[in-house]
Amino acid sequence: MSLIERSACELLELLDQGEVLSVEVTQSYLDRIANRDGEIGAFLHVDADLALKQAAEVDRRRQAGETLGKLAGLPVAVKDLLCDTNSPTTCASQMLKSFQPPYDSTVVAKLKAADAVLIGRTNMDEFAMGGSTENSSFQLTRNPWDTQRVPGGSSGGAAACVAASMAPLSVGTDTGGSIRQPAGLCGVVGMKPTYGRVSRFGLVAFASSLDQAGPLARTTKDTALLLETLAGHDPQDATSLATEVPEYSATINRPLEGLRLGIVREHFAEGLDGEVETAVREAIGVYESLGATVKEISLPHSKYAVATYYVIAPSEASSNLARYDGVHYGHRADLSAIQEELAAERKQLEANGDKDALEKMDGALVRMYRKSRAEGFGSEVKRRIMLGAYALSAGYYDAYYLKALKVRRLIRQDFDAAFEEVDLIAGPVTAQPAFKIGEMADDPLSMYLVDLYTVSANLAGLPGISLPCGISSTGLPIGLQLQAKPLAEEMLLRGAYMYEQATDWHTKRPK
Amino acid sequence: MAITRADIEKVSLLARLQLTEDEIESLTSELGQIVAYVDQLSEVDTEGVAPMAHAVEVSNVFSSDEVKPSLPREKALANAPSHNERGYLVPPVLGG
Repeated sequence: MSLIERSACELLELLDQGEVLSVEVTQSYLDRIANRDGEIGAFLHVDADLALKQAAEVDRRRQAGETLGKLAGLPVAVKDLLCDTNSPTTCASQMLKSFQPPYDSTVVAKLKAADAVLIGRTNMDEFAMGGSTENSSFQLTRNPWDTQRVPGGSSGGAAACVAASMAPLSVGTDTGGSIRQPAGLCGVVGMKPTYGRVSRFGLVAFASSLDQAGPLARTTKDTALLLETLAGHDPQDATSLATEVPEYSATINRPLEGLRLGIVREHFAEGLDGEVETAVREAIGVYESLGATVKEISLPHSKYAVATYYVIAPSEASSNLARYDGVHYGHRADLSAIQEELAAERKQLEANGDKDALEKMDGALVRMYRKSRAEGFGSEVKRRIMLGAYALSAGYYDAYYLKALKVRRLIRQDFDAAFEEVDLIAGPVTAQPAFKIGEMADDPLSMYLVDLYTVSANLAGLPGISLPCGISSTGLPIGLQLQAKPLAEEMLLRGAYMYEQATDWHTKRPK
Repeated sequence: MAITRADIEKVSLLARLQLTEDEIESLTSELGQIVAYVDQLSEVDTEGVAPMAHAVEVSNVFSSDEVKPSLPREKALANAPSHNERGYLVPPVLGG
């Protein structure tokens, strides 16, 4: 078996036993990237020299008998919105094309402290807004199972690089499904931890009350290993939880005795693809054969989750993205062009005698903001900023934003009630397997509905995991989603591992 | 409620975005559709329900009152499109 086919845990064992060097592992992955990523487009930035230097340093320290971190010598890919002082951090936006972070995000600092080799920065929808990675302003990422199809998003590069064996581990972020959905569409494991489990410090904010970083990998055990490296309280993020982090990888092989599995009635409604439904129901059957009891539950407010999300997330985005003003960092429009443009407009309005419009004309500073943002942001980002600014504007705040916050509580209460009766909730990740590139590009609303099964976990703050559970007749992976109550990641991973042990979907690879 | 062109123009100023004619037109219709979809929230009975701003409702998280190093000025300025040794440079704010 070649090195790139090994799981992260297996590689770590080989490294620890001195059977292989990190330089060799890293070089294998760099070779794979060189051969495969031209077609896939998962990476925005790969610094091979730096990665090999990090690997050589870990090898040297390992040979010297030094104590090493949890991921010592393992390559890890990072989504391009987690600040890293060694790398540009672009969020796949023209706005941050040349942004060089002055500090490390806590996630990246933890990876460095764990002696991981940071192998590259992965592509994404611009500012994590999208579900297909088509909104990247730099490049398309293609699904390794069928390159005519999207890898999902927004962490499309993060999922595609694992699926195509270009990295054993990868870090993504999930605001409405952005880890679980691409993991599902690319046939890998992806997990969104409980909100607050992983620090958001240095994670470029999209929707602060929903954003959460998490792991993607080929197996649940690798996922557990990466999660325990990333998780933990961080004084620099006031919303991070001061709760002890269990060693997930140590307990993952303990099956859950007397597991009560919940099936959500509303998940199997109209719109769910027949093959996806069959695969998910078969997965539930696997749990039954393992001794789990299955109970049908109802989440009556789940049908409002997408509407709630598309008020709250854009509202927070419009506020968070106000920081891109062409002053502190990021793109600035050309000032002389602005002066010329304003002079021409003034002349025109004077000639027309339009006093009202003259009075309302932008000053140079306001026009600089507006033009810098117009040039720096892509169309989906503009759409969401506009939607959020509208929902928060005078006269609409109560009807949209405040209303959505109230419905959000009802969604959470549905889950609280459900978790009185069941331990885990199982269902689909997406209604359909990966769609074709360009298929939904002209229809923002139908693209938003792709998040149907995943947004609730973000609104409620719950952990969720996506696991491979089937292959469609068209040869595309199908994902199973498991959700648990807040901070129950250990149970979630143990439950996921049970399924993985009983099936072989996680061993399937794209050709 | 239908979104009008005037709404889009007003919000684009609030959001500090300059929009092209085409963008104003497409956003008027797209935001109209999205807002019409989101309007289904009005059918939910939320009488007496407290708004939930955060998934984990922690409040008053204080950090200890210690002096710690902050970002050095040159690092904070390094990514700015225009700056001198002391601060960020912007177009004239008054009379510009």
